[in-house]
Amino acid sequence: MLRALLLAFALVLCLCMPAGPARAQDQDLQTILQTQAEEVASPGRQSVGTLIEALTASGLPSVPLFLERWADRGVYQRSSDGLFYFAEKQGDDYALSDIASGAPAGTAPGSEMTQIRPNGGVRRVIATALVQFQLSDPDITRRSAALDAIARSPEPDQLEPLRNSIAGETDPELLARKERLAGMLAARFGDTADERIAAIEALSGALSVDVRAVLNQILTTKPGVATALPENANIARTLTPGKDLTEDEAYARLVEAGLAPAIWSRDQIKAALTENIADGAVGGVPLGQLVSEDGRDRAYAALAAAGTVPPLVTKADEATAVSAHVFYEEYDETDASITSAAREALDEVETRVFFNQMLDLGLDALSLASIYFLAAIGLAITFGVMGVINMAHGEFIMMGAYTGYVVQQIIPDYTVSIIVALPLAFAVTFGAGVAMERLVIRWLYHRPLETLLATFGISIALQQLAKNIFGTQARPLTSPSWLDGAWVLNDVVGIANIRIAIFVLALIFLGLILFVLNKTRLGLEVRAVTQNPGMAASMGINPDKINMLTFGLGSGIAGIAGVAIGLYAKVTSEMGADYIVQSFMTVVVGGVGNVWGTLAGAGLIGILQKGIEYFNPSNTLAAQTYMILFIILFIQFRPKGIVALKGRAAGD
Amino acid sequence: MIKTLKLSGVAAAALFAAGAASAQDVTCPIKVGVLHSLSGTMAISETTLKDTMLMLIAKQNAAGGLLGCELEAVVKDPASDWPLFAEKARELISNDEVDVTFGSWTSSSRKAVLPVLEELNALYFYPVQYEGEESSKNVFYTGAAPNQQAIPAVDYFLDELGVEKFALLGTDYVYPRTTNNILESYLKDKGIAEEDIFVNYTPFGQSDWSTIVADVVALGEDGKQVGVISTINGDANIGFYKELAAANVSADDIPVVAFSVGEEELSGLDTSNLVGHLAAWNYFMTADTPENAEFIKEWHEFIGDDKRVTNDPMEAHYIGFNMWVKAVEAAGTTDVDAVRENMWGLEFPNLTGGMAVMGTNHHLSKPVLIGEIRADGQFDIISQTEPVPGDAWTDYLPESAPLKSDWKELECGMYNTETSTCVQIKSNY
Amino acid sequence: MNGSFLSQNRSVFWFLLSLAVFVLIVTVLSEATGNGMISTSFVKTLGKTLCLMLVAIAMDVVWGYTGILSLGHMAFFGLGGYMIGMWLMYARIEIIITESLRAAAIPPTPEEIHDAIGTQIFGVVGSSDFPPIWIFAHSFWLQIAMVVLVPGLLALVFGWLAFRSRVTGVYLSILTQAMTLALSLYLFQNESGLRGNNGLSGLQNLPGLDAVPQAQISIAFFWASAVALGAGYVLFAWVVSGKMGSVIRGIRDNESRVRFLGYHVESYKLFVFTLTGIVAGIAGALYYPQAGIINPNEIAPIASIYLAVWVAIGGRGRLYGAALGAAFVSLLSSWFTSGGAPNIPLGFYTIQWTDWWLVLLGVSFVAVTLLAPKGIGGLFDLIATRGSAEGGEKK
Repeated sequence: MLRALLLAFALVLCLCMPAGPARAQDQDLQTILQTQAEEVASPGRQSVGTLIEALTASGLPSVPLFLERWADRGVYQRSSDGLFYFAEKQGDDYALSDIASGAPAGTAPGSEMTQIRPNGGVRRVIATALVQFQLSDPDITRRSAALDAIARSPEPDQLEPLRNSIAGETDPELLARKERLAGMLAARFGDTADERIAAIEALSGALSVDVRAVLNQILTTKPGVATALPENANIARTLTPGKDLTEDEAYARLVEAGLAPAIWSRDQIKAALTENIADGAVGGVPLGQLVSEDGRDRAYAALAAAGTVPPLVTKADEATAVSAHVFYEEYDETDASITSAAREALDEVETRVFFNQMLDLGLDALSLASIYFLAAIGLAITFGVMGVINMAHGEFIMMGAYTGYVVQQIIPDYTVSIIVALPLAFAVTFGAGVAMERLVIRWLYHRPLETLLATFGISIALQQLAKNIFGTQARPLTSPSWLDGAWVLNDVVGIANIRIAIFVLALIFLGLILFVLNKTRLGLEVRAVTQNPGMAASMGINPDKINMLTFGLGSGIAGIAGVAIGLYAKVTSEMGADYIVQSFMTVVVGGVGNVWGTLAGAGLIGILQKGIEYFNPSNTLAAQTYMILFIILFIQFRPKGIVALKGRAAGD
Repeated sequence: MIKTLKLSGVAAAALFAAGAASAQDVTCPIKVGVLHSLSGTMAISETTLKDTMLMLIAKQNAAGGLLGCELEAVVKDPASDWPLFAEKARELISNDEVDVTFGSWTSSSRKAVLPVLEELNALYFYPVQYEGEESSKNVFYTGAAPNQQAIPAVDYFLDELGVEKFALLGTDYVYPRTTNNILESYLKDKGIAEEDIFVNYTPFGQSDWSTIVADVVALGEDGKQVGVISTINGDANIGFYKELAAANVSADDIPVVAFSVGEEELSGLDTSNLVGHLAAWNYFMTADTPENAEFIKEWHEFIGDDKRVTNDPMEAHYIGFNMWVKAVEAAGTTDVDAVRENMWGLEFPNLTGGMAVMGTNHHLSKPVLIGEIRADGQFDIISQTEPVPGDAWTDYLPESAPLKSDWKELECGMYNTETSTCVQIKSNY
Repeated sequence: MNGSFLSQNRSVFWFLLSLAVFVLIVTVLSEATGNGMISTSFVKTLGKTLCLMLVAIAMDVVWGYTGILSLGHMAFFGLGGYMIGMWLMYARIEIIITESLRAAAIPPTPEEIHDAIGTQIFGVVGSSDFPPIWIFAHSFWLQIAMVVLVPGLLALVFGWLAFRSRVTGVYLSILTQAMTLALSLYLFQNESGLRGNNGLSGLQNLPGLDAVPQAQISIAFFWASAVALGAGYVLFAWVVSGKMGSVIRGIRDNESRVRFLGYHVESYKLFVFTLTGIVAGIAGALYYPQAGIINPNEIAPIASIYLAVWVAIGGRGRLYGAALGAAFVSLLSSWFTSGGAPNIPLGFYTIQWTDWWLVLLGVSFVAVTLLAPKGIGGLFDLIATRGSAEGGEKK
């Protein structure tokens, strides 16, 4: 108690000492800073408080600007005299200006100026200190910064100034934010219980992370243990040993509360035995017998009986001790009406959050499915329609991505370069596909297993070629700025714009391929050649040409998929290998020879993978493993995939 | 029969060695093995280290070589394949007869090489920050141990950023697993509750990060300050940071400190959305010292590209190689045991200022730096400690707290101070 | 019928003879006998190559004779390696632990030793408890049984599922590849209990044989691998000759016709698949103590594809072809990638084989598939039937 008093006294002293003299109006900013120059130059989050206190208490008009520039790393210290300046780099020198007046103060060479870099924690303290100056500032970015600061570290004393600033707010968006923040502050720090309950009830309609944070903080609990439930405590819930917590955990709480003797671990017992070795025996049990737990227990019991060590806590002791106590959690907030209102509001919020999380998960699954679809659709055409296994499909994806990269090196504008890269990637991979079909695949139409090998050879050759040309570093493929960021529905549901773009791209290609296959002459001929090449040839269709074009089409789409995948992930020589097995799975699960099947396959795999990830969030590898196992089993029951071709078209 | 043959062989070899030693203590040229992956997933990081070694060797040769001999680099490509590391190490040591080897990036690859090194008594310099819990007689660890990177970074999170809830994200292999284990135990010591530590492992090359980033953002729902400690390795970082940027996670809301992301990794990224996120290393390219300026200049001249960056493991090789040169000069021979004994206590200037000292536990003493990512892909150094001696066995795991490594006094890399015994002379692999 | 059987026998004889001669030469020239013309690391490479030849002939029986392009046999190979690796690690560390605990004031209990081994093995991957799959690791014989049982059971179950639902051709290939991928992804997880990505290491240090130099251990493994290869060769030569051989070749050429003839095609396929899986596991159990480390990367689908390529280059449908293909390609690979091959300066560009070897390898797959479907083994035909070599190519 005495120590606490002393501590409080020291604290008060600390706070007053610098603040006291600072009140004198003749103090200028530089002088205040120089009294704590060390702290200004390298501030720490926990120690900077006194300095900021001194600055704000001085009432100097230059303080807010100084704090801002300080946080933005605009303040420099001159090594010759240790004075602080605002500085701008001009060539090798710095142009200085006075921190109080902003007047130019000459220049200084770069070697003499040290930039002061407050860390993130200090910047937050500064931002909080700035709130009072900024809430009603004419500059909208400052007002917005003040609200950010409040949202990040809400303090009770911010409620009044915030409320006062609401009336003068002109910007509707900021006004809404201010009201929301005021509500959140009121819920936590409001003066009366009624005021707080009203604020809490108003929050139940939201679902954002910070609202949940407010409610959760009202509902913080501390664990308690006693022989009977305390009368006047605001109990959150009682815990039943064996159900809510294990017997051992319960006992550990008793030990922690000093209500029961600690259980000795095996190591501690061993240490006790070691200490009491006498004449090659412990408690009369010879050392040779201590190689078993049983022997050790006997030795320990003997020691305990002799009173050299405390008696062992047995399971029975543990059970009696636990059953003699109640375990509960107690709210830190003493007013039960507030906690129950908060609990009710939080339950409501959480239900809504759960549904929104499902929605978000659904969007993620959809996005993943569209990526798989894009990667696999080219394969579905070559593998499904033509029966050719192209292990180099992944490398076509890679080729497309590198095409995008090269285009970006030539055309610096991201938007234009993407518009150029997409058709170019198609052209490049279309060409590569046609070349491969002409040179290799057409000789192997009757030997499907060997196509697999030959195309695999092409795959490793292409991969290594890419490494030789572009190096092993991942290359950047940057999306245009209008694809940055995310489409945010609310605080829970959101999806990166680039993923939406990929989704749209997948839809376009789905439509395009369906159109080509079903509505064009080429599609008709492709289907004819697929079903019966001999008959098609005798009808005047050139199967060679059709095969070549189909293969080129499949490869070309892989190239476009490559650009898309490169945009959202990375461009490396090995990116193709990441997608090849997944793509085969997609095609096989969906059903070979059918675009709709590929769509179904991609959808199933995307949803499945995200679903498994949801249940086991800390392990994405497990999700992939279980997914593949599922696919293997799935094929047992539907060997032809989800959408199986029927009748003659199924062929064999 | 075989035994006698072998014995005579050994005797002959000994005679030969003795003869050679009396005439001259080294055979020219002195061979330096370089065992870094030039292909596969780790090539992104390791190719640069191979180039660094070639640069250092060329520089040493230009300065007159070593003990009157030319240095010759023997480069092998273990292709990011751990078993291949063991195979190539054996080739380097027994076929090419290198005098020292510099290599490895991942801990798995180091663990693969260890048995070969210890069997053939070779010398190895490992330049990357790692999880500790190891001290081999044959390896000098010039990268950071956890107490030189992870622990100070967590302290920074706790003290300076006021983080109350931690997300430990890592790639699924030895380094993140062990480091996170140490950190979890350390955080619990510091009073962070178990439920406030979220751990997630992803495979090498993970590209789908949306769910994980969303999970991390949702951690903030109980109003505690969330911070991310990332031990994500290699090119998986690109997707992770892209997703962070897309989800608009600002460093002010959820700071991320990375232990495997340096200048090299960021060069493949647009960092304008990542400004303010952190990394902890013993070196940043922005370090303002004359030695560093000189090193960067030499690097740019050697590689012929002014845009290439330097990074922490490069500095580690720089220190390691120069220490080895000094030790060889002091010993007057490249003999492994003589060089090792001369390594203990050696000093060499860091590129960040001050002196690096090699301890008898084969770890360096180096300052710890924390940097904030800038828009140009470089780091602003915002915190620099005094030199911290590397600790082979962490104090924060109960089973390794009593362990100690001292090759000079105790001649043991895994000495149990409680039982006063050497647990094992060879290391744990 | 009789003629083909005889020719099989002849190849067996020649194969065993050349293997024996090879083993003797290597042994005499190795460091173990003090000669040292062949370094220990090269003996290890050769010993590993023999194991790869063994798994290659197993692959040949599955693919070349039965027509099942399995992309999963390297998974069985890896599993065999994991099984033996578990015992090697356990036993080696058990010795270290008992040694270090001997000095303790109170003798350690078996549980304490077991726990200490766990800490030692799993400490590096952030855990200290023994996963349940290690229950047999303490016993050499049980774990040896696992070498046969685990790959065998996996092959049996997977084969039963796949053949039962009549998945054939490329679908089966993709399905086996999926199995391989699933297994390697599973092992990549720390939760698999086999140290995840790190794998099992230090396998070349045989428990209790610290004093024996690696030069001798490597020769011992070289011999063991040679014996296994010889035995495997005889076994498979016996399998593919006689009535069994005719049936499985019939399945390869026309599965439904064999079925109509009243043979239970699925049983034959399952037998071949499982038997070759077991042999692959044994080959792996001999391979990894020589490699020193095994990790899930070894099981990745690409490894199985390489296996198929070796067999294709060596020549399918003949056992010696597969064995030669495996030896040829894997040795060539290690020669090129270790910088053994001289670089070719072209004036404006220097071809470095470390960079270009894979390109060459890839192109040669294509060339072999297109131009020489019989692979290297086809050369023997050329020698045997010189003059009338025209007919063989076309089908």
